Amino acid sequence: MANIVYTECRGGQRFWMLFVGLLVLVAIGGLSALYMEHNGHIVTGMSNEIVWGMPHVFAVFLIVIASGVLNIASLGSVFGEMHYKPKARLSGVLAITFLVGGLAILVLDLGRPDRLTVAMTNYNFRSIFAWNVILYSGFIGVVLAYLVVQMTRRWAKFTPHVGLAAFLWRLTLTTGTGSIFGFLMARSPYGSAVLAPLFIAMSLAYGLAVFILIRLALESSASQGLGDELLQRLMRLLVIFVGSVLYFSGVFHFTSIYTAWRVDWEAYLLLDGGLYTLLFWGLYVILGTLVPMVMLYGRSGISRTREIVSSVLVLVGGFAHIYIIIVGGQAYPLQLFPGYEVASSFNDGIVARYVPTLPEIGLGLGGTALALVLAMMAMRLFRLLPKGEGESYADAA
Amino acid sequence: MTDRSQSCGGSCGCKPEAETVDESRRGFLAGAAMAGASVIAPGVTLFAYGAGEAQAAGADPKKRWGMLIDVSKCVDGCTGCVTACQTENGWKTTGRPATDPQWIRKVTLRDPKTGATKSAPIMCQHCAEPPCADVCPTGASFKRADGIVLVDRHRCIGCRYCMMACPYKARSFVHEALEDQKPHAPRGMGTVEGCTLCVHRVDKGVAPACVEACAKSGGAIMFGDIADPNSEISKVIATYATMQIRGDLGVDPGVRYRNL
Amino acid sequence: MSERSSLERLILVVSVLVMTVLAGIIGAHAGEVPLPSVPKATGGSCVAPPDVMRRNHMSMLKHGRDLSVRQGERVEGGRLTGCIDCHAVSDGKGGQVTVSSPQHFCRTCHDYAAVKIDCFECHASRPEQAPKATDASPDTPSSALAALADYAKEVAR
Repeated sequence: MANIVYTECRGGQRFWMLFVGLLVLVAIGGLSALYMEHNGHIVTGMSNEIVWGMPHVFAVFLIVIASGVLNIASLGSVFGEMHYKPKARLSGVLAITFLVGGLAILVLDLGRPDRLTVAMTNYNFRSIFAWNVILYSGFIGVVLAYLVVQMTRRWAKFTPHVGLAAFLWRLTLTTGTGSIFGFLMARSPYGSAVLAPLFIAMSLAYGLAVFILIRLALESSASQGLGDELLQRLMRLLVIFVGSVLYFSGVFHFTSIYTAWRVDWEAYLLLDGGLYTLLFWGLYVILGTLVPMVMLYGRSGISRTREIVSSVLVLVGGFAHIYIIIVGGQAYPLQLFPGYEVASSFNDGIVARYVPTLPEIGLGLGGTALALVLAMMAMRLFRLLPKGEGESYADAA
Repeated sequence: MTDRSQSCGGSCGCKPEAETVDESRRGFLAGAAMAGASVIAPGVTLFAYGAGEAQAAGADPKKRWGMLIDVSKCVDGCTGCVTACQTENGWKTTGRPATDPQWIRKVTLRDPKTGATKSAPIMCQHCAEPPCADVCPTGASFKRADGIVLVDRHRCIGCRYCMMACPYKARSFVHEALEDQKPHAPRGMGTVEGCTLCVHRVDKGVAPACVEACAKSGGAIMFGDIADPNSEISKVIATYATMQIRGDLGVDPGVRYRNL
Repeated sequence: MSERSSLERLILVVSVLVMTVLAGIIGAHAGEVPLPSVPKATGGSCVAPPDVMRRNHMSMLKHGRDLSVRQGERVEGGRLTGCIDCHAVSDGKGGQVTVSSPQHFCRTCHDYAAVKIDCFECHASRPEQAPKATDASPDTPSSALAALADYAKEVAR
């Protein structure tokens, strides 16, 4: 373990084909943003009721992944699990690129993206959003520093300290992301402090799933062995993380059920919410949580197909989960007059409709592709991947 | 540096004395003042609410503008206040309620137990602790010293977090390009807007457009300084039971309802 | 791929960029753009002489806008509506042109200087066309006048 030799990703035909494919997606995302900017949000499915739609689901998903994917590095330098150390560089780079991808979507969805300088020069410190601007940009800075101390001999001794700072920063960042919804007291589907730990659990699970998938992809394309025993550890971790998402989600919904003015929303979501109920039980609980847990729990052997399928299921379930939290939460009508049946010209008392349009999905996919393109560029340019990692791990073990 | 001005040869040669500047401006402004004084007449209930002279120094922190809506006087099916707001502030509906501006709307309430119906206008409630202002990252959503909650569209970046936070669905996002806005009510694509309590009228001592319109058809809406115990509106609030919508949230709305 | 070749490629890209910019600068000087013909105002004299206005109108407007929106101080003369009323350009059909016309007062100069105007994304770019139902022009408090006078003096200095 003493000397890990790192190398760039060598590329190759499949690498470049994927790269070009992703660039096309990035271009589609850019064009979608221009189209939305030029015509206004009327060309999206978003409205005065569903004010945050598909772009925000993608953005929150990517931001949550960004903070979670850094945990592989933290396991090495904060928790002393040296087996994970060779993965730390890639983990840090992915954390930055996924955050950049998510932020790009958020910014391009603004009504006035041209006023970004206004957002950077006027801070309202009572706003968790303003804090998030600082947390996000600070995260990029801290993780960059983390990468630098890892990659230079001279400052290598600072790695544990900077690693700890990065770990604490990422916990704060995900707390901030969860609080965006946690601080909305007026809406029954939000306004709970449990959202902050729920988002942290989500980041651990979805970040790990993404990391596993990317490592497996690299393994097949550039013969970068992940090491079977390490892979097994990661899969066991995934089971724990996915389970903890379910736990916090359960706590969240049970507290709501016991809150008189929130129980209507819970009944709607869990029983008769149509698409949202289907997404919750079908995609999130069954396919995205129970199936992968059953697939992975207590297995000792390694099967690449099983790891890939279960990680993909976790991500699909996670996307559905965030969709329910963001879109479902807004679709449910605000209760202004409890006990009354209400009607108005602005759909009071009616569940809001939302059908995402192509530009929204294009923008979301573009941001996701941007995260991957940047990661691929970094892998090609910098020495991030350990050479013959499988063996070095076997030696250490 | 080359000076491209046509009326003036050099960049500093014709720079006027400060005095000249003052003089010409004084003339301009005096004219404007006179014009202002002469057209005040058609306004209703001018200065009746105690604005006017004090407004010279800006929003008065000792005041808090508010409304009292008597639901028993609000006629079901009457949309006088909504129409007046549209005319005054230049927003229209296009038949797509979800994306149309909704500065003020009439809500019909039906008690499922008795079948009795009531109706009331809902607009920005001008909270003392506005959640929209708390969440706004740039400080574009803010509360003026006299309690009026506004969007400073010079700072609004269109993130819509205020719309997420508002308990009353009182804010709208401009989804489409606009033209020929009212000069006193600027609004534009990509920014958030809502009831301004007709701040341009209030600053002149005139009641909001909805209040004026309602006075003609039912007189359900009262407007005034709720921080002044001697104002008409404060006396009514002190005498009769009134309520605030979602008063449980503790945001202390400046719009109160009676007989709801 | 060796490091040298990446460096060469970088130099190539940078030099192409530099040459494009240079070509643009040279090209811009080749054909002189005619000076804008600024439309005459309809009112009396302006709040300050043309050269002061030309240089400082943006900061005066910004000053006025922050005071009036956030503090509720309606600074007369520092208001965009005042400028628009006086500098409206007739469309020849009894009305006035909007900013979509190149004849618009603000656009004549801004097009020439290639400076984007953000004001009219929200503000009306011409006086209200239809007759107003309830016209109540603002009264002009004397202290606001004094404040503006001080400000203009400061700006003109």
